[in-house]
Amino acid sequence: MSTQAATPAAPAPAARPRNRRPRASARAGGVGGLGMGLAMLWLSVIVLLPLAALAAKSLDGGLSAFWDSVSSRQAVSALKFTLIVSVIVAAVNAVAGLAIAWTLVRDEFPGRKVVNAVIDLPFAMPTIVVGITLLALWGPTSPVGVNLAFTQLSVALALLFVTLPFGVRAVQPVLMELDRDMEQAAASLGASPLTTFRRIILPNLIPAILSGAALSFARAVGEFGSVILISGNKPFDTQVSSVFIFKQIESDNSRGAAAVAVVLLGVSLLMLIALRFIEYWGARHDH
Amino acid sequence: MTTSSVSRYGIRVFALGYLALLLLVPIGVVLYRTFEPGVGAVWDSITTPAAVSAFWLTIEITAIAVPLNTIFGIVAALALVRSRVRGKRFLEALIDLPFAISPVVIGLALFLLYGRQGWLGPTFTNAGIQIIFSVPGMVLATIFVCLPFVVREVVPVLREIGDEQEQAASTLGASRWQTFLRVTLPAIRWGVAYGVVLSVARAIGEFGAVSVVSGKISGETITLPLLVENRFSNFDLAGAYAASALMAVIALAVLLAMTLLQRKGDAR
Amino acid sequence: MKPKILLSTLVIAALAVAGCGGASDSSDGGSSASSGGGGGSKGSLSLVAYSTPEVVYDEIIPDFQKTDAGKGISFKTSYGASGDQSRAVLAGQKADVVALSLAPDVDKLTPDKLVPEDWVKQTEAAGGKGGFVTTSLVSFVVRKGNPKGIKGWDDLLKPGVKVVTPNPFTSGAAKWNLMGAYQHGGIDYVKKLLSGHVPVQPKSGREALQTFTGGEGDVLISYEYEYATAVKKGEKDIELVQPDDTFLIQNPIAATTAGGAKAQAFVKFALGDAAQQHFADWGYRPVNAKILAKNKSKFPDPATVKTIDDYGGWSKVNDELFDPEKGSVAKIEDDNGVSTAK
Repeated sequence: MSTQAATPAAPAPAARPRNRRPRASARAGGVGGLGMGLAMLWLSVIVLLPLAALAAKSLDGGLSAFWDSVSSRQAVSALKFTLIVSVIVAAVNAVAGLAIAWTLVRDEFPGRKVVNAVIDLPFAMPTIVVGITLLALWGPTSPVGVNLAFTQLSVALALLFVTLPFGVRAVQPVLMELDRDMEQAAASLGASPLTTFRRIILPNLIPAILSGAALSFARAVGEFGSVILISGNKPFDTQVSSVFIFKQIESDNSRGAAAVAVVLLGVSLLMLIALRFIEYWGARHDH
Repeated sequence: MTTSSVSRYGIRVFALGYLALLLLVPIGVVLYRTFEPGVGAVWDSITTPAAVSAFWLTIEITAIAVPLNTIFGIVAALALVRSRVRGKRFLEALIDLPFAISPVVIGLALFLLYGRQGWLGPTFTNAGIQIIFSVPGMVLATIFVCLPFVVREVVPVLREIGDEQEQAASTLGASRWQTFLRVTLPAIRWGVAYGVVLSVARAIGEFGAVSVVSGKISGETITLPLLVENRFSNFDLAGAYAASALMAVIALAVLLAMTLLQRKGDAR
Repeated sequence: MKPKILLSTLVIAALAVAGCGGASDSSDGGSSASSGGGGGSKGSLSLVAYSTPEVVYDEIIPDFQKTDAGKGISFKTSYGASGDQSRAVLAGQKADVVALSLAPDVDKLTPDKLVPEDWVKQTEAAGGKGGFVTTSLVSFVVRKGNPKGIKGWDDLLKPGVKVVTPNPFTSGAAKWNLMGAYQHGGIDYVKKLLSGHVPVQPKSGREALQTFTGGEGDVLISYEYEYATAVKKGEKDIELVQPDDTFLIQNPIAATTAGGAKAQAFVKFALGDAAQQHFADWGYRPVNAKILAKNKSKFPDPATVKTIDDYGGWSKVNDELFDPEKGSVAKIEDDNGVSTAK
């Protein structure tokens, strides 16, 4: 853990482990039991309750019906494809997000403010507009002659577009709060920029990078509207789980839809937990 | 840290190149197509009664969902980073889940909960409260999809800064609330700011889940994204682009506001 | 920071108050003259319909409000994909009149008595034979000039011809298209078509048209009225080709149980001369015999037109062909996967 955010008040020994040493009482600046309780209540009402209803629906026909719904070839194929492409997208976002955040925070170039402003636009763009635009740019009528439409790559492209803000905005605030003292110290001791980056800056960014990657993964797994137009939703090829689930709902098979959704969520949850553990372990290992 | 010129340019080229290809070109295309029929046509398109009603509904839903979610986000982030609680990793992963749920599934889950035959539906109907197919349901769906944002932006910042200052403040006699307002909040302000900006952008742009629970009642439960889709279905592509340009403007305005607020905070 | 929190809290409070009251009031006007209207002195009527006839109802509703039966009735309209709308009504969306894309979507509402079981008879009594308000035909849309010379269903199987049609599992209404193919050459023809000539199946008719105009494919299977509405709304570079043998699309309308007299009055109006002429203007075939005759030149009749009744009705067809697990079309989709599976 690096040193604290810059104020002259309380100097502290640099490498003292924070938040890791167990204490009898709550940490300073925490919210205590009440805060935790309120947060849990909110989470339950907003998220857990609907999910419980979903899980209940998925088991409507019993376990065997549940299994049938999720083990069909199309369901499995969609799930595999979704997970693989989402992991790739998360990885790309981790790298690109870091580079972009770095450029936005540490670099000066004309138009920086404009670039910073448009980063969030993929979120604010309605998915149908995203779909049409991607199709126009990378489809049969592409002005640059690139036709990726209806390929697996097109799915990745659409997902990278809509998850871009995650990779960048996860790292950006941390980069801004990063204390430069240690970097300057390292430089004055003769460390090359690369070493400084690798040994001092990067470890502090890992939690943020992984956070961004986790969010990208989660969003990519659930993305629907912007993928459908350019991917063509070909079963066993470019069909993602969210489209498969949609098909079940439209065919009035909401039980099957809920079943596949539950499985998708379960797998996503596992991946997210794994990512959190890596993040935790990575940050801890620093000491 | 002074990077060598080569690596600085290298990173810049990579970052900007990636951005240009993936983001800027598509946005440029959308801009071009939006204003192709002329600024006057765009203005007419966004000042129809339907567009105005959709605009205000979007603002209303966002203005309810985002502040509530921000409060939750800050509280949850503090709880996650600073409390001794078992199963924190699991909790964090749970908080990320809303993103992983496809919008149609959210809609389905909300139907199962608040619909006519749902778990809570009849209770609310008997009490005379309309949740689904009305604004409350749309707010719930929006909060659902925005839930992780502020938490995720604030947690890494909290971890980064540690709790030294809060400890100092409490030894100096500050109350919890004072510590929070004067020490913690300013320290996490950029995390909160970007969390809010992202939440707002997402809240404005959310289509799928809101679409399912809105009932799409003209003039009442049609938000800007729903209007875009409605116009697309009616072969009014120009109108669809115009409405989505309006959405982009709102998102940009919020970013501008947050950045200005932060700069003010900076100058202390 | 403090002022910011204070501000947000005030905003929440203010909007919460506004939100409680504002949700159910119909504010200033809807997408057109269709909502609002005469101040709602005689109450309001909720129309839940599928998406394409929005433009037509925008014209019909004001006309209805000028009649005695319709004077003073304000409207709340909702348009969306037919299946989604049906599910919404099942989940509690208020509806006095439902006008959907295919009959099963209305039948779904009868077990819970949201729509009376004898809705077909009631609509027929109002003038809508079979329970329908409009009909149409499965047709082809090709690029201007018809460069591939498409005339009939067999042309779709010519080598190299690429066909765009929505996926029947994501869009109930897209099933009409495959029924058109089915009536021509049975399941074998459908198999050949889907396996060799359909590169993509967009999720809805509108997205299929967008994919087609976006440059993909040589032929789009669509509906006559979809084409007519698109052209009227400014789509260029497309042409309609009507094959000699095709399938009849039939769109139902029904007054719900909650709808009452005013709903029935509206259904009657929708089947009357004025409204049916509006439909005809937008490319929908009227069920009103008089208006259909009047507009006959716009609606030529192909040699063979099959209906769903020729195949035993929707429940039989849905089970045999479109069941997502056991239907023949689902099997074709699965088998195709074998050859393209990674």
